[in-house]
This record gives sequence, C-alpha cells and structure tokens, in this order.
Amino acid sequence: MTAVTTTAAVPVTVAEERPQVRRRRRLSPGRRLPATRLAGPLLLLALWAAASAAGRLDTGAIPAPWTVLESGVHLWTDGTLSNDILTSLQRAGSGFAIGLTAGVVLALASGLSRTGEALIDGTVQLNRAIPTLGLIPLFILWLGIGETFKIAIIAIVVYIPIYLNTHAALSGIDHRFVELAEVQGLSKFQFIRQIVIPGALPGFFVGLRLGVTGSWLGLVVLEQINATSGLGYMMFQAQNYGQSDVILVGLLIYGVFGLISDSAVRLVERRVLSWRRTLSS
Amino acid sequence: MAPHTQQLTRPAVRLRELTRSFDTRTVLDGIDLDIPAGQFVALLGHSGSGKSTLLRAVAGLDHEVAGSGQLTAPERVSVVFQDSRLLPWRRVLDNVLLGLDGKEAARKGRAALAEVGLEGRERAWPSELSGGEAQRAALARSLVREPELLLADEPFGALDALTRIKMHSLLRELWEHHRPSVLLVTHDVDEAIVLADRVLVLERGRIGLDLTIDRPHPRSYRDPLLGEYRERLLAALGVTEDHQ
Repeated sequence: MTAVTTTAAVPVTVAEERPQVRRRRRLSPGRRLPATRLAGPLLLLALWAAASAAGRLDTGAIPAPWTVLESGVHLWTDGTLSNDILTSLQRAGSGFAIGLTAGVVLALASGLSRTGEALIDGTVQLNRAIPTLGLIPLFILWLGIGETFKIAIIAIVVYIPIYLNTHAALSGIDHRFVELAEVQGLSKFQFIRQIVIPGALPGFFVGLRLGVTGSWLGLVVLEQINATSGLGYMMFQAQNYGQSDVILVGLLIYGVFGLISDSAVRLVERRVLSWRRTLSS
Repeated sequence: MAPHTQQLTRPAVRLRELTRSFDTRTVLDGIDLDIPAGQFVALLGHSGSGKSTLLRAVAGLDHEVAGSGQLTAPERVSVVFQDSRLLPWRRVLDNVLLGLDGKEAARKGRAALAEVGLEGRERAWPSELSGGEAQRAALARSLVREPELLLADEPFGALDALTRIKMHSLLRELWEHHRPSVLLVTHDVDEAIVLADRVLVLERGRIGLDLTIDRPHPRSYRDPLLGEYRERLLAALGVTEDHQ
C-alpha cells in the first residue's frame, strides 16, 4: 500500500525536478511578419519627412516629400507626366517581352539539342561578356536614334539572365527523371511539357526577376542619354532647370514600377512553384 | 504445386547470348534466359555482378552500353526503381498518370492508388509522403499501365525493415491479382526467397544458379524449409554461415 502512494506522488516531483526539454535553436528565419517588405521604405520616408519638417535639409538639393508630391500632381494634371510614363512603360514592356521570348526560346533550343547548344551557348556567353550598355553607340548607328535601338538594348539586357538561368536549370534536370520518362513511354513533346519545363521553372524565375530589374535599369540609362520623351528625359530636362523635385518624382516612379513588377513576378512564382518548400515559405 | 501452369506456356522474356560490357570489362557474358509469362523471378548477385545491367537491358534503358545478343520482352513493361522517382512538381495522382491521358486513365489511377493503400492521398505532393508511401505510389504508377512484365530494381532497398516487410506482402498481393511476369533485382536473399517462385544468382556475368522455390504463399521468414534454399543461395553467392 505504501508503495502505491509513493509511486502516485513521484511523477509530480519528477516533473518538477527534471529540466524541461528545451526546443532547439531555430535556424530558419521563422514565420514571415505581415507586410514587412514595406517597413524599410516607410521608415526611410518618415525620416525624410521629419528632416524636411525640421528644416535640416537643403530644399534645393532634397525638397520635402510634400513638395515632390505637389510637383507630381502638377505634372500629372499638366498631361506631361502621364505621357512620359506611358512612353517609358511601352519601351520597357516591348523590350522585356522580346527579351523574355528570346531568352526562353534560345534556352530551350540550346538545352534540348546538342546542335542548338553548340550554336547558341557559346554565342550567348560571348554576348554576355560584352557590357550591353557599351553597345549603345553601335546600335544607334545601326538602328537610328528612335525607339528601335532602345527596345533592342532593353531586350538584350533582359534576355541574358533569363537565358543563363533557364539554360542552367535545363541542363541540371535530374537524369533519373529522363530515365523515368523513357520508361513511361513519354513522347518528346510530353517529355518537354511534363518534365523539362516544370523542372526548369525555378531557374527560369530567377532569370525572370533579374530580367525585370534589368529592363528598368536599361530604361533609365537609355532615357537619360538618348531620349526626347519618357521619364528619363523628363528628369534630364529637370536637371538642366535645377528642378530637383521633378527628378525625385521620376526616381520615385521608377522605384514604384520596379517594386510592382518584382512583386508581380514573386506572386506568380509562388503560385506556380507551390510544390516547393524552402526557407522562404 | 504450380497453380498457374497454363500461364507458363509462352516465354515473356527471352534472352539469347546477351552480352554487355563497359569499356573492356564484360558485365554480362552470354546470358540465356527464359522467363515464362506470369512468373515471379528474383535476381540475386553481389553489387557489381551485373544484375542492374541485366535489368536495364531488358528495360531498354542501356543506350550507350556496348553489347550483342538477342532480347525479346513484352510490349508493356513497367519499371520500379530503388527511389520512388516521383516528380516533385506533380501531385501523387498526376505522378501515377505520367504518360497517360483521359478520364478512363484517371479512374484507373485512382483504383491503383486505392490498391496500394493510398486512397485519399491523390492530391498530396510527393514531398508530403513518407518513404514507404512514395514507393507505394511508384508501384501504383507501374501497375496502372497493366504491365505484362514488371521490372523492379531493388525497390525496397531504401526502406526501413518494418516498411519493407509490409511492402513484400503488398507486392506479392499485387502480383497475385495482376499476374505480370516479375523480374525483381535484389541483394537480399531473404527477400528473394519469401517473394519469388524462382531465384537466379548472377555470377561473373553468367547465371550461376537457377533455383525454383516450390513453397506455398504467403511464406514466413521462419519457415525451416526455406532455410535450405537460403543456404544453397548463400553458397552460390560465396557466403558461408559459420553459426553451425
């Protein structure tokens, strides 16, 4: 009987005496906080506004946020801003579309056939070694100073990262899956559609994000040197007249476009690659 | 003792003078083998004895391997690999249906998944399955094509012991139900004895021993009569047990 009572009492004391099992230190960054991507930019904006309000900034060099906003609204009601934005979007959009198509088509051709690889891969690697912006003078001579050369340069800036990453992903497809496709009797077309393309998608998305960023980068450079319209042209003119607020309007719009396009790619990526479980999920 | 003699009339697999070599090393050295339709055959051998080479030859997967000889195999051949080889970007049912289209195929796919005990996991991603479940899905994928010949290359080699025992009875059940010819490559003597009706030992590129195991199913690992077969097979593999 005594034994029974002691055993009944023991578990309680044991539970108190033994150290609790401590969870291991977590090595993944943990759960994502909501809307954290905006925290940094918002903080920067708040600092800017506070410094302007306190009169600590030279308004000639860095005007207050509200001045920038005012100029933006003014330019918009003018009709010049919307026109410039439209021109810039068209350039970036066309260049991006062409670069995307070229990157994917070339990567497929080079990744799926040895002849394609022999003809394409070395050429692209050569193209990659030449800084694309260094081609601007030559392209102006070939294509004139109109829209064509701008779109061509943007397309080149875009296609290279898309090609490189997609091609690397294609050649990295597990040989075991190729064997599986043979065993299952897949046709060449089915093999490409069901194994090659989904297998290369993660790499393609890396290239796509680099390409999107590249299209804006190319645009800024082109519009600041060789344009008669567009956001960059607007900023270039503003520089001549000392309108730093207008320059900031242009920069902000570039930034917003960059952010939006990158988020759009991320969103699509998360949808399409939902089967992946990585640190970011 | 042979309940399916009527099915043993025409050979499903027929090898004549089959030779395969890598560089100067001859791995298969003139193999002659008939596997009757519906027979469950296990192929034993040391690692490097050429058993996988033989299986890959029958599967038609040895593209760049030098060799000669005659080889006939049925039209519908399925292969189960050591890894489940499920495509991570397809859900389980879509993996089972790889290479097939249509409503009828989808119905068969669901039926095959139910047969291997994966009912309700059709929409799961492969990364959500355990090792045993993934291998079950791979079995379903090979069954759904109603193979006349099922080639299995150490299909349970990567599984834990408990799961392996369950998979043994599952494979045998599936065979009873569908009756394909089976060529099971393994290095596990017990696995071969418990599952197969005929065990081959591959040795230096030739079939060193061809043993028919005439015991009823389901077999137990502890069946003393199987011990005799085990010893003969171990001897053929050059392993002597010194517990006696």
